[in-house]
Amino acid sequence: MIGAGLIVIGAGIGLGQIGGKAMEGIARQPEATNKIQTAMIIIAALLEGLAFGALFLGK
Amino acid sequence: MKIAQKTIKFLLIAVIALFTVVSFASESDKKHDDQNDGGRVNTKSEVEEYILHHIKDSHDFSLFSYTNDAGEREHLGFPLPVILWSSEGLVAFMSSEFHHNDDGHVIVEKEGLKFAKIHSKIYELNSGATAVSFDETHHATNANKTLDFSITKSAFGLIVIGLLMLLWFSKLARQYKTKKVPTGFGRVLEPLVLYVRDEIAKPNIGEKHYRRFTGYLLTVFFFIWILNLAGLTPLGFNVTGQLAVTGCLAIFTLVVYTVSGTKGYWMHMLWMPGVPVLIRPILAIIELAGALIIKPFSLLVRLFANISAGHIVVMSLIAIMFTLKESLGVVGATGLSLVLSFFITLIEVLVAFLQAYIFTMLSALFIGMAVEDHAEAH
Repeated sequence: MIGAGLIVIGAGIGLGQIGGKAMEGIARQPEATNKIQTAMIIIAALLEGLAFGALFLGK
Repeated sequence: MKIAQKTIKFLLIAVIALFTVVSFASESDKKHDDQNDGGRVNTKSEVEEYILHHIKDSHDFSLFSYTNDAGEREHLGFPLPVILWSSEGLVAFMSSEFHHNDDGHVIVEKEGLKFAKIHSKIYELNSGATAVSFDETHHATNANKTLDFSITKSAFGLIVIGLLMLLWFSKLARQYKTKKVPTGFGRVLEPLVLYVRDEIAKPNIGEKHYRRFTGYLLTVFFFIWILNLAGLTPLGFNVTGQLAVTGCLAIFTLVVYTVSGTKGYWMHMLWMPGVPVLIRPILAIIELAGALIIKPFSLLVRLFANISAGHIVVMSLIAIMFTLKESLGVVGATGLSLVLSFFITLIEVLVAFLQAYIFTMLSALFIGMAVEDHAEAH
């Protein structure tokens, strides 16, 4: 249970980083919005998959 | 032609109406339940049991149930066929014969064999037994599970959505033979098809190979998306939240990218060029595990967990109505749960699309990795 909690915290920090950096990137280069968004979603999905997998195994 | 158009129009209106009343319908179902029950579903364990029951597959559709004036449980819904491969061969009957009993007390007799349903699993009683007996851990002692090929709720959903997709997309495809712009419901589908082709297939697989895989990606995308949306209706589908369904989809993707892998792909996986020879076997093991186990596993778990979690959250928020009734009063608890579940349902509509998009996107990415032309020099 504690492990699952830690994983969720870690995933939360990671998702925050991804989202924040993507926002920064978009603010710097608005013309690259589409590319940044796609890459962001892919990485967020991979991270989410990891978090769910760990949560699933930890339960 | 005119009749077909009318049917499509009717279907479209029905679908839109269904989606707009999603949360309200489930609200009113529950309220109905509550009024007629005198607050039967008001404990946490009962709410939990109800939610877990919804998440699982079942042998019939039950929309709601209540206790009538005579004190009997009335169930509203419709039964589905049960098809079993028993010790005597194929047996089929309707699930209504179990009378919504789920603890093995109702015995159905067919062709000399006796069947009982315990926790959504169908057991065949041993010859001579007349009732199911349990040991201390609540396992049946004189009955065995049979091979179950029933058209369950999920299987029914799969078949209905499959046929609908066949109808919609074959109609759309036929229209392109005679005219450039599709009419009717095809106009809704065309931009989505183009979106999947231009935004998912082309950039991830590459100009050269994308045509071969667009069909698969389109099928997966629409299949997951429509089933996710169907899961938000009060019918109680949870098809994309079943491990078997998501597992199957993940295996399809695994097969597609494994079979279509080029020589360069296998080369890079099994005998990575450009690294010291001693490290190559270690890398091969890691790469193989990644390609054959981790990639499909992540696809499987992501879809399953997202959709199941979404269903649990929506139903938990609806259950606020019962758990907070004492402290907030009937109106307060109902209002809170209505507002929360309405907005979370809106988010779920977004998640339904996002998960279909991500599954398709990652499938395209994996296929792209398998078919890309590796430059000789690294």
